[in-house]
Amino acid sequence: MSDATVRVPQGNGPVGASVEQADARSHVTGHTIYVDDVQLPRLAHMVLARSPFPHALIRRIDLSEAEKVPGFIRALTAADVPKNIYTILGLIGFGLDEERALADERVRYIGEPIVAVIAETRAGAAEAAKLVRIDYEELPAVFDVEEALAPGAPAVTEWGINAFDFDGRPFRQVRFGDVDAAMASADHIVEGRYQMSPIEHAPVETTGCVARPEPDGRFTVWTNTQALNMSLDLTAHILQIPTRRLRFIGGTVGGGFGGKVDGMVEPLATLGAWKTGRPVKYVYSREEEMVVSSTRNGVRIYMTDGVTNDGVIVARRVRSYIDCGAYSRHTPYAVQKHAANLAGPYFIPNASFDIYCVYTNRQPSSAMRGFGVTEASFAMEVQMDRIAELTGLDPWTVRFRNAYHDGDLRPHRKPVEDATLIEAMQAAARLVGYELSPELLAMSSKPREV
Amino acid sequence: MTRSATVRFTVNGEETSIIVDPLASLQTVLREELLLTGTKAGCRQGGCGSCSVLVNGELELSCLLPIAEVEGCSVETIEGLSAGEKLHPIQTAFVENFALQCGFCTPGMVMATKALLGENATPTKDEVIEALSGNICRCTGYEPIVKAVMDAADRLKGSDEVSLVGGES
Repeated sequence: MSDATVRVPQGNGPVGASVEQADARSHVTGHTIYVDDVQLPRLAHMVLARSPFPHALIRRIDLSEAEKVPGFIRALTAADVPKNIYTILGLIGFGLDEERALADERVRYIGEPIVAVIAETRAGAAEAAKLVRIDYEELPAVFDVEEALAPGAPAVTEWGINAFDFDGRPFRQVRFGDVDAAMASADHIVEGRYQMSPIEHAPVETTGCVARPEPDGRFTVWTNTQALNMSLDLTAHILQIPTRRLRFIGGTVGGGFGGKVDGMVEPLATLGAWKTGRPVKYVYSREEEMVVSSTRNGVRIYMTDGVTNDGVIVARRVRSYIDCGAYSRHTPYAVQKHAANLAGPYFIPNASFDIYCVYTNRQPSSAMRGFGVTEASFAMEVQMDRIAELTGLDPWTVRFRNAYHDGDLRPHRKPVEDATLIEAMQAAARLVGYELSPELLAMSSKPREV
Repeated sequence: MTRSATVRFTVNGEETSIIVDPLASLQTVLREELLLTGTKAGCRQGGCGSCSVLVNGELELSCLLPIAEVEGCSVETIEGLSAGEKLHPIQTAFVENFALQCGFCTPGMVMATKALLGENATPTKDEVIEALSGNICRCTGYEPIVKAVMDAADRLKGSDEVSLVGGES
């Protein structure tokens, strides 16, 4: 049975030892306090009235029926938010303000928050949110990345082009070597179109927080954010209060995987606590987690490689469209990482990459495990197998021959250090019992001889 | 119009009597009235298993069970499994096999394990997988969870009651 005995680390610290997870006992006994477990006297509940349309103008908001629900405390609209328009990467000086804590004139995706209703109970707040009457004028919507960039497409953004601006261009650009000349010299051209659909993280604990006003004018916020400082900074920014008025308590996250980094609940819950003087809990329902919370980006990649008969890639051209949905959130960062990883762990001496962050009327996308990189790896590894098929080489040989070495320059001008792809593949072949050819066994990641 | 009724049942061996909406779920009563928050609320629609408890020894999704149905029943939650710092063998097996990451699904997993081992002291791996099929873990830790359940069965061998509290020496 048990090879799982917990050993206390000795000498080398935790290296080679089996160390018990610090919160394991608390988890197995049910004592860990997650956000929804925070129970406070006079706790009020917040539920959002959200857009049923992917793209529409808001004509009128009528709260009269909602206000009649027993236990209704108050509703928040855009007019209540001190700094309503923001973009989360604006915290690090990146991007234009584009998203609103509560929509005022226009909604751009199904589920966009418009009115935050606060009531004595969760059920009462949900009932009142349902009774908020909003009149809309529907607008044409766009859901495909290439259609969104075509002339005449419905404008999702306020600046007209449905693309994020990178240094004056509607795409992130990487140029390395002479792609045209290398493509002309290649024996084969391998073209691929790759696509990944958006993915919902679906953590078992939904996104949420509890904000409590303190007698000294500060707010204590229990949250399951994965980015405590960003959530705190964003809340201070939207509420236009100094950060010293906020005390955030976090670190206990019931599954995140990148889905809890956008600071979507803390600003509104804290504003609610401020306006009502009551502790306010704002926790997504399962439906909200699926329909509203950020997903992994949908991505379409066009990848063209120039390849020699020996299976060596001499040039790569890529055009990628990364769908951020209605607001960019962390997607520009996904674009940066995508741009830096389109050569993967391979040396590609001539490269030309254009990567677009495209706005559509989909629910916004953001971080999820390796976002930007995973999608690039999927495309290029399928491409590798197709190169193997085309040249009649085995897939191992193609990968070994293209593997990067220490000292190689990656297309975005970063020199390779500590390369281990060749050694890792040699070890993997041993483990799966695959016999590598003498050529591949003799290789190493050491710098190439010039 | 809010209805209310008196409902009597035992929770972790303790007699309980409360006045509630008879249609309130057992989950809501446990979490919001009795403040037993170890029973989690992942979906409130019977899809995730994080609210699993035992009612008269049977595994139940507390989010789907109206409290009126619990009248006269014995309810066991995660809080009833251990006494003080002493863990139940199932809990020890989960800790030692690293069968948890974020921990949110863990109380439900542990209760589903207790229900299984109460009926079948020596489950096969396939039986364990089947028994846990209603409990979702999104940190993708199923392999260590299955290992932990098999280990728990080993630890409980010889002890005739799975409901033994704090049985680990």
